[in-house]
Amino acid sequence: MANLHRFANPAQFQRLSRALLPWVAGITAILFVLGLYFALFASPPDYQQGDTVRIMYVHVPSAWMSLFCYTFLAVAGAVGLIWRHPLAFMSARAAAPIGAGFTFIVLATGSLWGKPMWGTWWVWDARLTSVLILFFLYLGHIALSRAFDDPARGAKAAAVLALVGAVNVPIIKFSVDWWNTLHQPASVSRLAGPAIDSSMLPPLFLMAFAFMGYFFTLLLIRIRADLASRKVQALRVAALAAAE
Amino acid sequence: MRPKHRRLAYVAGGVALLGAATALVLTAFQDNLVFFYSPTDLVEREVEPGRRFRLGGLVEEGSIERDGATIHFVVTDLAETVPVSYTGVLPDLFREGQGVVTEGVINEQGHFTAATVLARHDENYLPKEVADALKDSGHWQHAEGAEQ
Repeated sequence: MANLHRFANPAQFQRLSRALLPWVAGITAILFVLGLYFALFASPPDYQQGDTVRIMYVHVPSAWMSLFCYTFLAVAGAVGLIWRHPLAFMSARAAAPIGAGFTFIVLATGSLWGKPMWGTWWVWDARLTSVLILFFLYLGHIALSRAFDDPARGAKAAAVLALVGAVNVPIIKFSVDWWNTLHQPASVSRLAGPAIDSSMLPPLFLMAFAFMGYFFTLLLIRIRADLASRKVQALRVAALAAAE
Repeated sequence: MRPKHRRLAYVAGGVALLGAATALVLTAFQDNLVFFYSPTDLVEREVEPGRRFRLGGLVEEGSIERDGATIHFVVTDLAETVPVSYTGVLPDLFREGQGVVTEGVINEQGHFTAATVLARHDENYLPKEVADALKDSGHWQHAEGAEQ
């Protein structure tokens, strides 16, 4: 624990994140360029979907990230509530809008794919509905963490919401197996191995890593900005106190 | 017990209880969470004629007949079948052997009149050349056939 508390020190975090940020951002940019090139140009059209399959290279990584971010929120919330780690609530607060963004992208691209393929923008099946609930959980988390005058109370309330909403994560993942849905079952993470042809996997994984890198880039920037604004706040208060 | 451990116990216990409650609720509402009934479900549960519901399965090979603007086909789950008729625009993926979900009503004779027809896409993604090669070599099994 003593080891972890070294990173709990905000000054230590600022130093470490300043060194990491250019690397994370640079790797993310390279992954996006490669991923988009493979996704849009260097991969074949699908035998049934044609070029519409390319929506998958944005849709599936953002779906993975929407679940990853929510798990991150729940874990950060638990760490904040139990161990009172000073950076835990701050990273949850920084991650929630990013996760909401990924969830919005997955809903929007799914809708754009659904219209030509299924013949509808939206249906209330178990997968689509549980992802919409995930989106509302994110919005609730963002609102709750900013709803109190005392930020510490807001962070605690939001952490409880993140933990309660965590039951939705396995429901989303397994909704397509437990109930029959219009949405197709999992193609990549399944016992029989991927049902996606090997020519279509490189763009998918490149985009997945690019999305992951994008998440960490934004996360670091947002935590750094939050720490900086708290510092400004503290300096203002100190200046006011000195003026009196 | 140290406060840290007490808080850990509260959080772990709370999440476990909530998970159990959710599992019970989802099991209890199992019937309402399915998006469509299969032809076999219809044999087992007797849906009353005139009630609107969704029927899902595969379009049986060789069953599509066009009659002006109306199309007749058979939905199968490889065990039971239901004849369906529909008037309207079909999605691009609609074809024989394809998964479909239709919404409509069934009459006393077991004939389903659909108000909407949606195509289901399976979990397989292949380039056209690979699909053709599989068909040529005889290794092609229609993906949907393996389902359910």
